[in-house]
Amino acid sequence: MLKDLVTPQNANVFLGNLGDILIKAVDKPLGMALNWGRLWSLWPVHIETACCSVEFGAASGPRYDVERFGIIEAFGSLRQCDLVVVQGTITRKMAPRLRLVYDQMPEPKYVIAMGACAITGGLYFDSYNVLPGIDGVLPVDVYVPGCPPRPETLIQACMLLQEKIKRQKIR
Amino acid sequence: MSTSDNKETAQESTQVEAKPEDKPKENLPAFEKSLTDKIQKKFGDKTEIAYVKSNRTRVNVKKEDVVKAAQFIREMGFDHAESVSGVDYPESKEIEVVYHLGSYSDPTLAKQILALATRATREDDPKPGNDSTKLPSLRDVFYSVEFHERECFEMLGVFFEGHPDNRRLLLPEDWADIPPLRKDFGNKGR
Amino acid sequence: MSKQLTPKSSKKQSPESSKNLPPGLQLENVDDRIMTLNVGPQHPGSGHMRLIIKVDGDYIVNCDPDPGYVHRGEEKMAEYRNYITNIPHLERPVIHDSCNILYPYCLGIEELVGIEVPERAKYLRVIAAELNRCVYTQYWLAIYGIFLGHSTMFMWPAGDRELLIDLLEKMSGARVTHAYFVPGGIRNDVPANFEDVCLRQVNYFEKRIKEYAGIFYDNPILIARTKDTGVLSREDAIRLGTTGSVLRASGVDFDIRKKEPYDVYDELDVHSNVMKAGDSYARSKVPWLDMLESCNIIRQALEKMPKSGGVRTKLKPNPKGGDDEVYRRVESGRGSLGMHIVSDKKPQPYRLKISVGSFRNLIAMPYLLKGEKLGNMPAVYWSLNYWPVEADR
Repeated sequence: MLKDLVTPQNANVFLGNLGDILIKAVDKPLGMALNWGRLWSLWPVHIETACCSVEFGAASGPRYDVERFGIIEAFGSLRQCDLVVVQGTITRKMAPRLRLVYDQMPEPKYVIAMGACAITGGLYFDSYNVLPGIDGVLPVDVYVPGCPPRPETLIQACMLLQEKIKRQKIR
Repeated sequence: MSTSDNKETAQESTQVEAKPEDKPKENLPAFEKSLTDKIQKKFGDKTEIAYVKSNRTRVNVKKEDVVKAAQFIREMGFDHAESVSGVDYPESKEIEVVYHLGSYSDPTLAKQILALATRATREDDPKPGNDSTKLPSLRDVFYSVEFHERECFEMLGVFFEGHPDNRRLLLPEDWADIPPLRKDFGNKGR
Repeated sequence: MSKQLTPKSSKKQSPESSKNLPPGLQLENVDDRIMTLNVGPQHPGSGHMRLIIKVDGDYIVNCDPDPGYVHRGEEKMAEYRNYITNIPHLERPVIHDSCNILYPYCLGIEELVGIEVPERAKYLRVIAAELNRCVYTQYWLAIYGIFLGHSTMFMWPAGDRELLIDLLEKMSGARVTHAYFVPGGIRNDVPANFEDVCLRQVNYFEKRIKEYAGIFYDNPILIARTKDTGVLSREDAIRLGTTGSVLRASGVDFDIRKKEPYDVYDELDVHSNVMKAGDSYARSKVPWLDMLESCNIIRQALEKMPKSGGVRTKLKPNPKGGDDEVYRRVESGRGSLGMHIVSDKKPQPYRLKISVGSFRNLIAMPYLLKGEKLGNMPAVYWSLNYWPVEADR
């Protein structure tokens, strides 16, 4: 009977539901351990939206090396990622694509808004093609001020995010 | 440390009045003059030499003659376009398109930038592509203007006749406002 | 008559035929073999840029670049700000090459307003511009390493560019957004021991980048991937109006520092690097040779620089130009960077057009990618020295 129910098409749904049930069961006893596991392997999406990506690149370079703090370098598919670092200005053309990227990522997922442009529009507050901040597009966890923020600031933001994850109920 | 440095430099630097230099018009640079003379000899009073400065010359032509003028300029040795900039003049109801042309293949022209300017009529209620704001495309003469003209079309609404794809390039797909670089388009809050 | 009939009949046929055939079994047509791929705007290699690629099997038959994901309307914004307050936002298109993008702007305004730059400031400008060119090229090289799956080539340049960022931080106070060039000179003088530190760092930097030849440029895998891919002939490079390293890799000796020297480049011995092959390998090697040349220029400039003197000619507040226009260009990290400033006796520019190397090289992309294998796409794309934020402005 189980064979009839579980086909290759709906196996994902079954597994997902199974996962939900499991998570509910282990939230109390194992939540701490699961959060700890997420904490040190945050995997950012490689989505460069504007010029702050230069400092993001420098942060994953050898001098600053965010990998020490549990942020893995941004290579790979977004279906394995759980962190979006919005690196700067979001234009009206990019905003739907950014939301599309966010929607494709599996739960749990976190958002860091990097740079003044991603927070309020920054220097481009009066431009005709720039969104005044990404709050209308994504739910932001940590804001990183600066234009562009220094890599140290980005690292601090990542550590703040890890603090936040530590205290979260697992989802 | 740095503040003291700044003070020193502020004292050292002298206050200079900002004023444009008034040079006598007689000593125009010779080589640049010869270039514009060639064009004027060929086209006569159809062209207007706007200015001749060192390394920079500018020729204004009417839009009927722009393709012929461009062909002649290409025969002179200018082989690529550096930039195509559109300027909006709402008072005179015209939009100016300036082609900055340079040369790679001719070493004597390497320093020169020849600006070829032409004007299209401007309409107060623009419908890009469907109104009288049209210019002949120079894409067949200078292949390198292809993307520049596409940008000019979406930014100022100048339709280039004969251009293979006058599509949108930089603006979002759902842009429904007037072209943004027109003077009557205002940024928010300004 | 027949012309009118054919569309009708085809209209009738098409729903029927699709009913009769099961989906997925209509591969007889050549058109059905062609697949459309969207590369970007989110893609592990390319950021903020989309290429709509049509492939037939493994071969690209059509490529349609779709830039504009970072179009921020710089040119419109510039019309609302006066000449000095334009500086910070004008360097944002390429923040890692910010000195070079401000260079033509400052030169243009100096010509409009009619002021002279002190001698020491001219040399410091050259030093800052060359340092910034290296910083840009190192970042570009790091990303080229990622594109080709060469992780070491990401780590080495990303680490070595910090050396020069330190120098620029000493000069201007900021890591990447320097706003160091102002009309009339530079913002502030360098600290006291700058010359010694600069010479030491640049010498070490030169030694380091010479090591890249062994790990990257002589690497047989890199050579196999980039040699003879995306060949741009000399004639086509000129016809397409490409610029910078793309042009020089195709055998055209055109470097604005040499052909139309600005500031003190005519007093320095500038050698422009030219390669004849015109393939991706040559295009990836020319910027590296340029970095070596930049080290030479910096050393010469440090030697010839006046040891003291003013660095900034003060402008009146709200400088105004006449009823005039200027077009000034410099050689940036991506090639010729021109600014067309139209002034109308107001403190704001009437129109500011930024003509950037990235945008001019974009036209070569569909041209080169047609007929190329899909696997070669990253090698060709990034070798065009393309920085999407700058191209969109």
